[in-house]
Amino acid sequence: MFNLKKAIGKLSTAALVAAGAFGLAAPAVSAEDVIKVGVLHSLSGTMAISETTLKDSVLMMIDDLNKNGGLLGKKVEAVVVDPASNWPLFAEKARELIEVDKVDVVFGCWTSVSRKSVLPVFEELNSMLFYPVQYEGEESSRNVFYTGAAPNQQAIPAVEYLMSEDGGDVKRWVLAGTDYVYPRTTNKILEAFLKSKGVKDEDIMINYTPFGHSDWQTIVSDIKKFGSEGKKTAVVSTINGDANVPFYKELGNQGLKASDIPVVAFSVGEEELAGLDTKPLVGHLAAWNYFMSVESPENEAFIKKWKTFIGDDKRVTNDPMEATYLGFKMWVQAVKQAGTTDVDAVRQAMYGQEVKNLTGGTAVMNTNHHLSKPVLIGEIQEDGQIETVWNTEGLVKGDAWSNFIPESAKLTADWTYPFVCGGCEKPMF
Amino acid sequence: MRILKTALLLGLLFVFAEAEQPVHAETLQELTSALSVKSYSKKAVAVKKLAASGAEEAGVILHALMDGALFTRKTDGKIVLGLKNESIYSLSDPINGSALGQAKKSELKKVKINNKVRIAIRAGLGRLDLSHPDSEKRISAAAAIFKSGDPSMLGVLLELVKSETDEDVLPAIVRAAAALELTHSLDIDARINAVAQLKSTGGPEVKALLIKTLSNIQGPATPENLQLESALKGALADVERQLETYGLIENLFQGVSLASVLLLAAIGLAVTFGVMGVINMAHGEMVMIGAYTTYVIQETCRLYFPGFLDFSLIVAIPLAFAVAGTFGILLERSVIRFLYGRPLETLLATWGISLILQQLVRTIFGPTNKEVSTPGWLSGAWEVTSGLSFTYNRIAIIFFALVVLFFLMMVLKRTLFGLQMRAVTQNRMMARSMGIKSARIDAMTFGLGSGVAGMAGVALSQIDNVSPNLGQAYIIDSFMVVVFGGVGNLWGTLVGAGSLGIANKFLEPYSGAVLAKIFVLVAIILFIQKRPRGLFALKGRSVEG
Repeated sequence: MFNLKKAIGKLSTAALVAAGAFGLAAPAVSAEDVIKVGVLHSLSGTMAISETTLKDSVLMMIDDLNKNGGLLGKKVEAVVVDPASNWPLFAEKARELIEVDKVDVVFGCWTSVSRKSVLPVFEELNSMLFYPVQYEGEESSRNVFYTGAAPNQQAIPAVEYLMSEDGGDVKRWVLAGTDYVYPRTTNKILEAFLKSKGVKDEDIMINYTPFGHSDWQTIVSDIKKFGSEGKKTAVVSTINGDANVPFYKELGNQGLKASDIPVVAFSVGEEELAGLDTKPLVGHLAAWNYFMSVESPENEAFIKKWKTFIGDDKRVTNDPMEATYLGFKMWVQAVKQAGTTDVDAVRQAMYGQEVKNLTGGTAVMNTNHHLSKPVLIGEIQEDGQIETVWNTEGLVKGDAWSNFIPESAKLTADWTYPFVCGGCEKPMF
Repeated sequence: MRILKTALLLGLLFVFAEAEQPVHAETLQELTSALSVKSYSKKAVAVKKLAASGAEEAGVILHALMDGALFTRKTDGKIVLGLKNESIYSLSDPINGSALGQAKKSELKKVKINNKVRIAIRAGLGRLDLSHPDSEKRISAAAAIFKSGDPSMLGVLLELVKSETDEDVLPAIVRAAAALELTHSLDIDARINAVAQLKSTGGPEVKALLIKTLSNIQGPATPENLQLESALKGALADVERQLETYGLIENLFQGVSLASVLLLAAIGLAVTFGVMGVINMAHGEMVMIGAYTTYVIQETCRLYFPGFLDFSLIVAIPLAFAVAGTFGILLERSVIRFLYGRPLETLLATWGISLILQQLVRTIFGPTNKEVSTPGWLSGAWEVTSGLSFTYNRIAIIFFALVVLFFLMMVLKRTLFGLQMRAVTQNRMMARSMGIKSARIDAMTFGLGSGVAGMAGVALSQIDNVSPNLGQAYIIDSFMVVVFGGVGNLWGTLVGAGSLGIANKFLEPYSGAVLAKIFVLVAIILFIQKRPRGLFALKGRSVEG
């Protein structure tokens, strides 16, 4: 009975979504003077809340590019599809974009499962994906450029900050996450890191919850109990998606103040806070490479452009949007440099591309397909913005393979001669 | 008078400052400008010094710093107080309050604070607020001192223990004084006495303090040290036992609270699925429509009747019922009535409708979460004693769920409509031959079930996301409750929700949230094997096709 229900449900979702997608996809133009950019973000389902914004960001960038004369003298056109937060559908839609629509590049994916699902498709068809979200690392594909943060650009600095005198000298850690690949891998890295810093087993509590968990009473009171053992305690949250809102509401209601037990989150940005009353949450932390509150001329211009494009003065910007922005700009520069949209030529041109960060400094694309960029740690303010309290002096190079997991510490990702691999111990050539 | 009080507060040390006003002002100036230092640790020290000055102005400055209203003027590096007025800040001197003109945002640099500085500010304000006329302020001041453990405050607190007359404030001061005495006093009797006092107040903070002190006992095993150690251990055991009992009570409360949420989500389904036998996969979307109605009402209130905002939730309850009920009736009249007796088609059709409703809401309101703010009277927690607290919104939801259940039972048992509805459920043919318009009753029943789901949405908007996916999260749980409790029986729904909620919460601390859910699901499957009709099966003729 239950299985039947689910199977039928899935079928009908697929059918509906397919119908929707045909409506959305721009009519195929076979003209040679068009460069096609695929956009593979969920516009319905659980992840629509986060991914719709990224689709709009890509459209904004394309719009901007076309206004300034296009690329290589051609018009750039977006092909938008909706994988509907359905992981296998991501792979199907990716194949459709590459084989049917013949796009030159794809911007897309949010969750790690969706990325893992499209990975074989991009590798088989030798296409190019820009992935704009912070993730667990332990991966480097020849066909993917990762413009979000790797763990050493987000998780590790955040924990180091909390351990420091300024951050409150934390001695006891709760690692709370949603039960899937990103939190589990990140927590594995963090656990290894904490132990290397001399934190004992009994001072680490690990807790996983299902996607969309909404009853946080027990966990929050457990955290309270864990924090009342006389040592300064902090929570490192890799809770993802919708579950964050009830989690923070429960924190606020149970009166868990940031000055007692701070919570540092890796998946909560301005967009997620927009649905929350942040007054009880002042002082809880977030670690990212971008905050909307950072004052720089580039950021000001970006925010202004975004608000006009979306036609809503209250909309916020966030880190994955910046990552999309950086990825898109780099791709445009690489295409210009290569003089073609051919995947192999553009890939070679990508290495060493530089784009100004919205928060100051310059992001650089490395040969392991990860960016070098600054790390910011911020505290939530009453108005729902996040204000930087600490930042790295220079750029931090994204590590594809974590140094804190013994098996992966040996591996190198480098797609240039002599290594030419995404994870090997010795050069291939 | 104020000066006198200050002097009393801070002891002899600062008497000099008052004698020479100019020196006082100058040092205050220096102390304030020290706040512009970049390192947070140094900033915290500066805050401490500023608070220790005991000057009235220090309170103003610290409050401003806490609220983010303190800026460094870029031109001369002076610390100023900035009040935002549209995009222009009007500046004033934080010490004497004199106006300093206006400035644009780009000319100012905010004096940033982080948690470390915030803790220091709170402790500093505690020091300054101890003599505040407002008793609430004095209590929070004492609590801040308890947390900061600043030994220099001990003398002042001991004075206050004698002079404080307010019975609400006194325990907080005694507790703070005991904590300082325990950690900093050299007199063994005073320390043991402090342990006894702390033991009587209890709570997680006391437990943390006791553990810390226990691990800090230094020196050889002198009789005094041993005596203190045994006193601490005894107190710790007592406090832990007490906290364990509180934990159990809290767990039970959380179970009841989860049960009330399940009951709310399922009770509408108990009508549409339980009574009518319609497998309504769009039930969750009715809950979502209720939540969005709450959002619209709140936004309307915010725009047109801001004074009324706190009560918008109450207004939203009947309106959510009406809106979701109307949707339910429309749904029944346009789709479901053609599918009676064909459960598989009903299932598919309602599933499709649920997707359509989700996308409709997504198109109208956008894919992002909407904020339904919690009114003042529902936020925070009722602190029974230190270490045992119940959040107000959960308490309210428990009561609301019971009221809704009662309301529904009254409708079913005490109204003509309820009578006709039960008649149609039990034997449609017979009911029709008695002159009941069964089609109309069907529509009304479906509307009632959907309306009740809408009311659940008002409650869920307080604890969950108001997003297009809100309903999906509850549909499986709702079916579970109704099937487990016994189809067609409201008492069954109540007992089903209650046992599932409490079982879930008692499993969760041992197995984690993921496994707890799996255990409960497996248990239900086994139970259904044994009793396919659920806990309270309807006897006699059941719902016909």
